[in-house]
This record gives sequence, C-alpha cells and structure tokens, in this order.
Amino acid sequence: MSSLISLQNIKRHYEVGDEIVRALDGVDLTINHNEYISIMGPSGSGKSTLMNMIGCLDTPSSGKYEFEGELVHDMDDNQLASIRNRKIGFVFQTFNLLPKATALHNVEVPLIYSNIPKNQRIDKASKSLTEVGLHDRMYHRPNELSGGQRQRVAIARALVNDPSIILADEPTGNLDSKSGAEIMNILDSLYSRGNTIILVTHEEYIANHAHRIINIFDGKIKDDKIVKKK
Amino acid sequence: MFGLSRTKNGIMESFRMTIDAIRQNKLRSILTLLGISIGVFSVIGVMTAIRTLESSVESGLNVFGTNTFVIQKWPGIRVGNHGDEKYRNRKNIDYPQYEEFKRRARMPIMVSVSEGTSARNVKYRDKTVKRSIELIGGDEGTIRTYNTYIADGRNVTTDDVHSVRNVCLLGMDVVDRLFPFEDPIGKTIQIRGLDYNVIGITERKGEAFGGSQDNYIAIPITNFLQHFKNRWTTLSISVEAPSAEEYDKTMDEAIGLLRAIRKVPPGKENDFEIESNAEMIERFSGFTSGIKLFALSISVIALLVAGIGIMNIMLVSVTDRIKEIGIRKAIGATRTDILTQFLTEAIFLSEFGGIVGVILGIAGGNIVAVIFKVPAVIPFDWALYGLIVCSIIGIGFGIYPAWRASNLDPIESLRYE
Ligand SMILES: Nc1ncnc2c1ncn2[C@@H]1O[C@H](COP(=O)(O)OP(=O)(O)OP(=O)(O)O)[C@@H](O)[C@H]1O
Ligand SMILES: [Mg+2]
Repeated sequence: MSSLISLQNIKRHYEVGDEIVRALDGVDLTINHNEYISIMGPSGSGKSTLMNMIGCLDTPSSGKYEFEGELVHDMDDNQLASIRNRKIGFVFQTFNLLPKATALHNVEVPLIYSNIPKNQRIDKASKSLTEVGLHDRMYHRPNELSGGQRQRVAIARALVNDPSIILADEPTGNLDSKSGAEIMNILDSLYSRGNTIILVTHEEYIANHAHRIINIFDGKIKDDKIVKKK
Repeated sequence: MFGLSRTKNGIMESFRMTIDAIRQNKLRSILTLLGISIGVFSVIGVMTAIRTLESSVESGLNVFGTNTFVIQKWPGIRVGNHGDEKYRNRKNIDYPQYEEFKRRARMPIMVSVSEGTSARNVKYRDKTVKRSIELIGGDEGTIRTYNTYIADGRNVTTDDVHSVRNVCLLGMDVVDRLFPFEDPIGKTIQIRGLDYNVIGITERKGEAFGGSQDNYIAIPITNFLQHFKNRWTTLSISVEAPSAEEYDKTMDEAIGLLRAIRKVPPGKENDFEIESNAEMIERFSGFTSGIKLFALSISVIALLVAGIGIMNIMLVSVTDRIKEIGIRKAIGATRTDILTQFLTEAIFLSEFGGIVGVILGIAGGNIVAVIFKVPAVIPFDWALYGLIVCSIIGIGFGIYPAWRASNLDPIESLRYE
C-alpha cells in the first residue's frame, strides 16, 4: 500500500532580522492511510509549523513533499487551496469558526469552495453535524455554543468533504477535561472508521489515544515510535 | 457551468457579508453610501429636472411654434422674384382641401387655418379706423398659432365657422381705437360695410420687428372666404405635432396626406411649402448641455470622494476580517474566491448607495416638476448609467482592498488576533 504522505528532508526557515529561525530543520516522515499519530514536543519546537506543512497551508523552504503521489512542494496557490479543500480537514485549538455564521453554514463553507450545489451542501453539512452529535444545534452561532460544541462544529467542518487526513493542532487545548474527552472520543471513532488523524498535544494522556507518537525538538524529529498495535 | 455555480455561491456569500459589513460599521457605511448617493443623486436629479424642463419648455415652445409647422403655397421667405413662376403655378390651398386634411390627419393635436388680407375704414358707430387693419380668417386654433390668448370674451368656435357667423375677435390696437372707453364685447362693428359682432378681444402682444402685433381683426375662415376671397386667396394650414419626438412623423403624415389631397403624382415634388421652427429646439439643447456638464462634474467629484470612502471601508473590512480570510483559505478558498468575495462586496456596497441616489434623484427631479407645474420625466437611461458607474466605482476602488485580502498569508491570518 502506497503511503499517504511522504516528507523528505523538509526545511522551513524564517529570516527574522539577521537571524535565521529553523522552524523545521530537515524532517523525514512517512504517514500511511488510517494512522493515528500524536505529535509532541516543547513549545516552539515546530509542531504547528509541521502541521501547516502537512496541511498545505505552508510550503517548505526546501525538501520534497508528496501527498497521495502529488508533489506538493511544486504546487501553486490554487492547487494548494484545492488540496486543502478536498483532502485536508483542519481542527484548530481556537476553533476558528466564522463568528457570524450558524453552525450549519460554517460546515457548509468548504463545500461552497468545491462547487457543491446548495441542496447537497445542506444535506452533507447537516449529516456531518449529526455525526458529531449537534443535530439540534445547527442554527446556533458560535457564541451560542459551548467550547466543546464549537470544537465539534469544527470537526464536522473538517469532515464534511471526506478528507484524506484530519489535522488537529491542540484540539483540546482550550477545553475543560470533560469536553476534551468528548472531542477525543469523536477522533477515536473517526480513526476506527478508517480516517487518518494527526494530533498535536502537550498532554501525555491525550497523546496516548494515538497508536504512533512523534517527538519533535528544535525542528527535528527526535523519536517516532509505534505505541499500540491497531 | 461549473464556474457559474461557484460564482453564484460566491455572490450569495458576498451579499450576506456586505450586509454584515454595513451593519458592523454603521456610521462609516452610511457616510460612504451617502457620498455615492449624492453623486448619483446629482446626476439623476439634474437629469430628471432637465428632462422635465425640456419637456415643459418644449410644450411651452409649442405655442411659439416649436412643434408646429405651417403648410402654404408660398415659401415664407423669398429672395427676390427668382423662381416665383414655380410657386405661382401651384394650385391654391382651398377650404375643401383644408377640411379634408383636418378630417384625415391623425397625428396632429391641432390643425388650424388662416388667411389674411387688409381692411381699411373699419367702423364702430361714429369712429373709423382709417389705416389698414390686418383681417384674418381663421378657426378655433388660429389665435394659438398667432401666439396669443383671449383676454376677454370668447374664442371663435367651430360653430361660428360652420355657421359662417359674422363674429370677430379684436386685437388690442383695434380695441384702443374703436373702444377707448367702452367694453367692446357684444358691440357691432362694420368691416367693408358688413356688420360683425365682437365676441372677444386678445391679449396685447406689443411690438415685434418694429411693428405692432395687435393690429388685427379675426373672423371665421368661412365668413372670410365668403366675403373677402379673391383669386389669390390661398390658405395657410398650421399643424401641431403632439411632441418633439413625433414632429417628424407628423410632418411625414401631413406631407403624404396633402399630396394625396392635392393629387400630386408620385415622384413629383410637393406643390406646397412647409415652414418649421426646428432650430429652436437645437438652441435649447445647447443651453441644457451646459447644465448637464455641470451636473456631471459635480457627480464625478462626489463619486470620487465616495469611491475613496468605499476603498477605506473595504480596507477596514479586510483588516477586521483577516482571521476570517485565514479560515476561509485554510478550508479551501483560492485567491480568486477571496478577491471575488471582496470585490462583490464593494460593488454591492456602492450599488446600495447608487440605488438610494437614484431614488432620491428621481424624487428630487419630481419636486422640480411639481414646483414648475409640469409632468415629471424619469430619466431611466441615466438611472441605468448611474448604477453602471456605481459598479465601476465598486470595482475601481474595491480592487485594491480585495487584492490585499486575496494575498494575505493564510497562516499569519489565522494567527491574527
Ligand atoms: N512567521 C514566523 N516568523 C518567524 N518565526 C516563526 C514564524 N512562525 C513560527 N516561527 C518560529 O518557528 C518556531 C516553531 O514555531 P511553531 O509555531 O511551529 O511552534 P510549536 O511547536 O507549535 O509551539 P507551541 O507548542 O507553542 O504551539 C518558533 O520558534 C517560532 O518562533
Ligand atoms: Mg503550536
């Protein structure tokens, strides 16, 4: 089985004044379909940078990135946008919902950018919201939802286009432990239904949901181990 | 089709967001929309007013003959006797021709007739006017073509014409001489020994080109033809078109009709002359084009200022929504999507202002119409231009903010607080 993602010697450098910040400094990583990965590491070690790289929000300063056989490092803006739209589902620590839109509309937006007609959009979006247990909150706006519910809307949005991979950067970071546990339940069940998930976290017990844990330090992968059999 | 549904979705999104943007920045939005509205208002308002005035001036000019032309045997202005032969050999325009013309003409709102001669020694009791007075045969429309009104008494009626009555209207010069201290209405005067009952007097017109315009007596044309006709008598027919727009059509109809009545063979030139005053309209439009230019320059300035306002509001809107732009990009919006979104928003914004301006402009123009007591004319073409210009302003001043939005880096935008 061919790999889903392959990073080869990926570097991402920022020039800040005279200094060069090596946010990623030669990362090699292969991810297969239906993996459940936790990325851990101290603050500033490059976890988010790596997630953005994998999520095609960022492009490497050097190195090779293949996503389902396509060369991401060669892509232009429109191709990157299209990959993000069709293949990647983002879940952020701060939810990042459109504040004035209803839950339903928030989940609908990715479908707008992939040209899906209105009635199908509504269908898919409400199905996705039902999956995360929010069928009775479709017309609520983010400020009318709890943190955990907001994050579930974000997960529904990430799922709605049937992405190849779900990227969650500290998804429980802004949540109390109970809501956090709910979110982890949803991610676990998505994994068990065949989705591929990458998760950034500082918490050991969250990381332990995954079957593979990657540790990052100073922009380099320090260790990468399978902790559980599927 | 693919692109179309995407555009449609995008436009719906933009429309929602425009409403949001306006709501969030109420004051700034209102000021900007006001600018656009003023710009559009000044164009539409002035255009409505001009159209309205134009139509009223034209209807006013009708009295002066703008929409009126005269058909006669002889040309109005002749230089020397050159070519007289041609005119002299024409048939006279006689009363049966006129009657048939009047009956069959469909376009004109008024057809009237006149012919004149001069009369000396017009008498009232012991008073006599020695010098010659213009004696006009006419019908109910004739005084209008003479550019005057009934001051007292009544006009000649169709009844007077049909019954060949011995009645007359007096110009003020005649009134001055024959009735210095008396009311002339109902009195009987003698013209060439015939009795005429005075039924009305006309308003004083004063002098023109060095001669009095009030030295005349008007009697029914039928009566004129009965008593004062000679072998040179030929009628002038005045025809009034319903409007300047229909002037040419009316004239075409009149020419065709009279050719038929006078049995002019096809291919032969008309055996009558048409005298018109079309140049008057041209002179007036020269005057209004000055006002139009002025209104246009006010609008350009107002719209320019408003455009800068739109740019400002859009730039603020982009800054306010950096995070949102980041989110949209993260979930798959392309640069074009973002550009379209903000551009549509700018267009919507300026169109809102534009529509308000059009409405206010038309209302303002109508107020002018009410003040001048003339029917209002709505310049739909200018309303359309106004809205098109609004779109252009939306695009012109929205493109830079939209471009800025579309070029934001998704990661930095997402991190923006
Ligand atoms: N736009 C940028 N310009 C310059 N330096 C940057 C930029 N973005 C990130 N960095 C640097 O890159 C390094 C990695 O940042 P990153 O956000 O990936 O860390 P992280 O592992 O996600 O940290 P945290 O756990 O605090 O979220 C940091 O040192 C950061 O300062
Ligand atoms: Mg981070």
